[in-house]
Amino acid sequence: MIRFENVSNDWGDFKLKDVGFHVGEGEYFVVLGPTGAGKTLLLETIAGFYTPRSGRILLRGEDAETLLPEQRGVGFVYQDYSLFPHMTVEENVRFGLEMRKVSAEEMERRVDDVLMLLRIEKLRDRYPKTLSGGEQQRAAIARALVIEPDILLLDEPLSALDTRTREALRDELRRIHRARGTTTVHVTHDQTEALFLADRVAVIIDGELVQVDTPDRVFNKPGSVKVAEFVGVENVLEGVVTGYSRGVASIECGFEVKAVSEIREGPVYAFIRPENVILSVEPFPSSARNVVECTVMEVVKLGSIHQVKTDRGLNIAVTQQSVEEFGLKPSSRVYASFKATAVHVIKRNVQRRTPAVISK
Amino acid sequence: MKMKSRRYPLSILFSVVGSFTIIFTVFTLLNMVARQVIWDPSGLVDAATDGYVLRSIWLTLYASFLATFIAVVFGTPLAYVLARHDFKGKSVVEAVIDLPVIIPHSVAGIALYTLLMSRSPVGGVFASIGVVFEDHLPGIVAAMFFVSASLYINAARDGFQSVDYRLEWVARTLGASQSRAFTRVTLPLAVRHLLSGAIMSWARGISEFGAVVMIAFYPMIAPILIYYRFTTTGLRGSQPIAVMLIVICLTVFLSLRVLSKRWERG
Repeated sequence: MIRFENVSNDWGDFKLKDVGFHVGEGEYFVVLGPTGAGKTLLLETIAGFYTPRSGRILLRGEDAETLLPEQRGVGFVYQDYSLFPHMTVEENVRFGLEMRKVSAEEMERRVDDVLMLLRIEKLRDRYPKTLSGGEQQRAAIARALVIEPDILLLDEPLSALDTRTREALRDELRRIHRARGTTTVHVTHDQTEALFLADRVAVIIDGELVQVDTPDRVFNKPGSVKVAEFVGVENVLEGVVTGYSRGVASIECGFEVKAVSEIREGPVYAFIRPENVILSVEPFPSSARNVVECTVMEVVKLGSIHQVKTDRGLNIAVTQQSVEEFGLKPSSRVYASFKATAVHVIKRNVQRRTPAVISK
Repeated sequence: MKMKSRRYPLSILFSVVGSFTIIFTVFTLLNMVARQVIWDPSGLVDAATDGYVLRSIWLTLYASFLATFIAVVFGTPLAYVLARHDFKGKSVVEAVIDLPVIIPHSVAGIALYTLLMSRSPVGGVFASIGVVFEDHLPGIVAAMFFVSASLYINAARDGFQSVDYRLEWVARTLGASQSRAFTRVTLPLAVRHLLSGAIMSWARGISEFGAVVMIAFYPMIAPILIYYRFTTTGLRGSQPIAVMLIVICLTVFLSLRVLSKRWERG
């Protein structure tokens, strides 16, 4: 449905560097990247407001270069909703149908349908400024969907909403996508949105597409340190594979880590998500292949969970309850246990560095 | 923010100092109107029933309306381009728009006269199709347009800038061509700015003396008539017309303001 082939562009502050990906028909495709990575510009490029400096974009297999924005069949929802302030919700939604010269009868039916789909029938005569953020967002989505676009572009659709509204609308997006099956490109900096909604996730950092994968793989098997750090893999260990048997690598990184891996030798990174590490004060019998004895350096409260930093460089996420129960504090002795399958290993390119010369 | 005098002593001081301009302006005008009404009401009646004076005031309002109309026709597209696009030489274009504010209006009048008089090449072309500038309505309109268009263009540009370009972009994705996005989205949202810019431009045209007097002493617009009467019959002859012009202009502007506010509320 959408294909980017080596697309590069430069907006000064933002860049796209040689970006290539493909979005299949009916797919929910999430572009994940830090704020300020040029994700909005990516969507605006798909919509035809910018022409790539090099590379090309195919829509429905057709080179999009000559297509004007109004010919591309995309529905666009901006982060700030961009509802027409001088029109009621209904007039906003009707706008696209009026532009398409749809018959009055069909217009009425389609407007009613989409207002019902977004559950905003009661708001049809209201002006945007009288609506809450969530209601405005629903109206904006209705306006984009009513034209039955081939592609729905969502620019941080949930970021400006409070937590409760965000969660409700996130469920709605999933429901709507199931109901309509519209190919969707959703850009966000929020990993939970990506995890919850995406069929596939593309991670863009500094204008570069660093990984395209299923959400599960992006989160648990990031392809690079950049991705790992961005998706919240806090334990990035540098090590060397020292042994390999029956699909399990032994990695020396200050302590030994067993990991299910294909990589049999050489320098590697080992990624472990903090929530996959179990913390205990006694070594306890479990299926976990890795049990590391460590000393607590610091306990940091992060909202509902606490992060325990240890001398082994391992960060472990624990609940308030565990902190109290185990009496965790700096210098506490603890055991970090994690499965060999919880460790994701990638090859590490060793930079040729001039070794530090120590004068005798 | 309501001012609490104890919490914002500096603001109180500034308010007192700042009221100087307001008092000066209002007092100057009120003084003239009051003197006329109190000491020479019959002069006012004479002026108000003098066909020549009435025609002159009407001519002023009409000519300035035409000048503003031209400013709207040619200035709106320019304002839109300036609001939406960056291009090489944009700052030069903007400086040119502001030029009439800087140059003395008598100079502007001379420049216009030189260009548009029937003996000049450009004026000659117009004269051959029956449009004569010197001492005719087109000359008045041209002079008024020259000095007032920038007010409209700048207001319109600000108006277009106040409309988020993304609204237009959304309209485009919904199937609107650029021109439909403009007429259905941008224009309605900017119209209040355009209207107030047009009112300002019209007012500026009415008040113009220097540029007009150079190219069209006749037919006399009100500011010229007032000056002419002042130099021939003194205050007695000129002040009643001045008072009438003020009262008429203020009435028109206030009602336009109220109307445009109403319209904006829908």
